[in-house]
Parts: sequence; structure tokens; C-alpha cells
Amino acid sequence: MKDHDILRVTAKALIPLIFLFGLYVQFHGDFGPGGGFQAGVIFAAAIILYALIFGLDEAKAVVPPRVLEIIASLGVLLYAGVGVVTMIKGGTFLAYNALDPAHPTHGQHVGILLVELGVGLTVTAVMCAIFFAFAERGRRT
Amino acid sequence: MPELINIALLTFLVVISVVIIRAKDVFTAVMLSGIFSLLCAGLFTVMDAVDVAFTEAAVGAGVSTVLMLAALSMTTSQEKERPTNWGALVVAVLTGALLVYGTLDMPKYGDPAAPVHTHEQVAKRYVETSLVEIDVPNMVTSLLASYRGFDTLGETTVVLTACIGVLLLLGGRRREEDEHEGS
Repeated sequence: MKDHDILRVTAKALIPLIFLFGLYVQFHGDFGPGGGFQAGVIFAAAIILYALIFGLDEAKAVVPPRVLEIIASLGVLLYAGVGVVTMIKGGTFLAYNALDPAHPTHGQHVGILLVELGVGLTVTAVMCAIFFAFAERGRRT
Repeated sequence: MPELINIALLTFLVVISVVIIRAKDVFTAVMLSGIFSLLCAGLFTVMDAVDVAFTEAAVGAGVSTVLMLAALSMTTSQEKERPTNWGALVVAVLTGALLVYGTLDMPKYGDPAAPVHTHEQVAKRYVETSLVEIDVPNMVTSLLASYRGFDTLGETTVVLTACIGVLLLLGGRRREEDEHEGS
């Protein structure tokens, strides 16, 4: 769809805004609706829009599938890692109070932020990877 | 006013479901199911479940529609003509009737005496103490990420597992071909 000027210009204007909104949803989930899962899907939507307008190869040059696979695993690793850190610090698995025993609610805030980031990373990467896999296969057949 | 919005949204949902069932073109069905999800998101917003509405709009109306379209690009979009399967119809109607029968025992929507609102150790405790214990204004977030953190870890792992499954099924051939090209 590279030849459609209106689509290309609109997408170029929209994609940064979608990313910004994704960041807002990711880090504002404590105060309003949203969180890692929704933010991840929004990030993925921006990348998929880019792939739809500028082509699969351009999108793969921006986010290579190999990087997506690493990010997807990294998200789960970050999530479980927070749990391991709380265990090392003397709490139970994923009991964020142990992250900052002097201020338990502060520990909760840090824990929730990191865990949501992990969810966001995994969901973004997984949605993009699945789309790339489908698009690649569809092109070949 | 919310009643009017509910009636309008639910009417649209019924109409769209009927059109999806009757559509012969799968492309039409996929686009309509996206609209179906968007209307569901509107319904959830009216019910004050904004987090669920958000997810429904982003996943149901957005990404899953795109993924269905990507899957459609590998197959034909026209459904094959098939004679009506009466056995399947009977099974579907029976299952539907059973589900409706099951809802009769459920408490009315918004009933303050419903068990989910009165359970001492779950809902009541979260509502009363989550602000003190977690200090996060959005209770949905403190529930999902902290009280039920273990569940959410499982869900994230499920998402990763789904990705691995899709890549093994669809991406595996890519590697094989690359090796053939390399040799």
C-alpha cells in the first residue's frame, strides 16, 4: 500500500501518537483503566499498522523477528524475575512488600510497575511475531 | 438513559450475530465480528467495566480482526455450500437452552446482595484494604498485578506459549527453506 499517499501520510502521523498512547496506558494503569496487556496490544497495533502500510520487509527491518522472540521471553523472565528477587529479599514469590520492607506500599508500586512492564513487553512481541508469521506465510502461498 | 443505550447496543449485537451466521463470505463475517467486539466494548463501558472494555476494543476489535484477515489471506473467503445439518442444529439449540437455563440461577445484575459482593474474604476485603495495602487507585490493577500476581504470570506464560506454538507451526518451514537456499 506504499503508493497510497493519504494512507501513508495518515499512518506516519498516527503511529507516534499510538505509541505515545500505549506508553500512557502502560504507565498510567495504576490510576486509570489499562495496564501491560492493553498497552502491549496498542504497541503491537502500531507496528502492525506500519507493516500494513509500508510492507512486511520494512517492518521486519525495524523490528526483526529474532528480536521479537527475545523480547517475548524477556517479558516473562522480568515478571518471574521480580518474584525471584522478592524471594531472595526474604518474602514469598511475588510478594512485592519485600522489595522495600520499610515502605511496603512503595515496594508494591515498584513490583506492579515491573510486572506490568513484563506483561507489556511479552504481549507486544507476541502479537507482532504472530502477525509476521501469518503475513509471511500468506505471502509465500 | 443507560437503559436506552443498553437496548440499542444489545439490539445491534443480535442483528450482527444473525448477519454473521447468514453471511456466506468469510471476509464479511470477520469484519462484522470486529464490529461485534466494538459494540461489546461499549456495553462493558456502560456497565462500568472500563478495563474489560479496553481489552475487548484493543484485542477483539483490533488485533484479532487483523489476525483473522491475515489467516484469510491463506485460504478462500467463500464458504462452501453445504446441506443444513439438522443434528448439529439440535445440539446447538439444546446447548443454548441449557446455558440460558443456567443463567436463571444467577443473581440479578447489580444486585448488592449477590454472593460476589458479600463474600468476606474476597470482594469486601479487597475493597476495604487494597488502598491501604497496595495504595494503587485502580483496584483492577492491584488485583491483577499484586493479589493475583501468580495468575497473571501464568497468563503471560500462556501468551508466550501461544506465540511459540504459532511460530513452530507457521515459521518452521521458513527455517527449512532458508537452509535449502543456503546449501
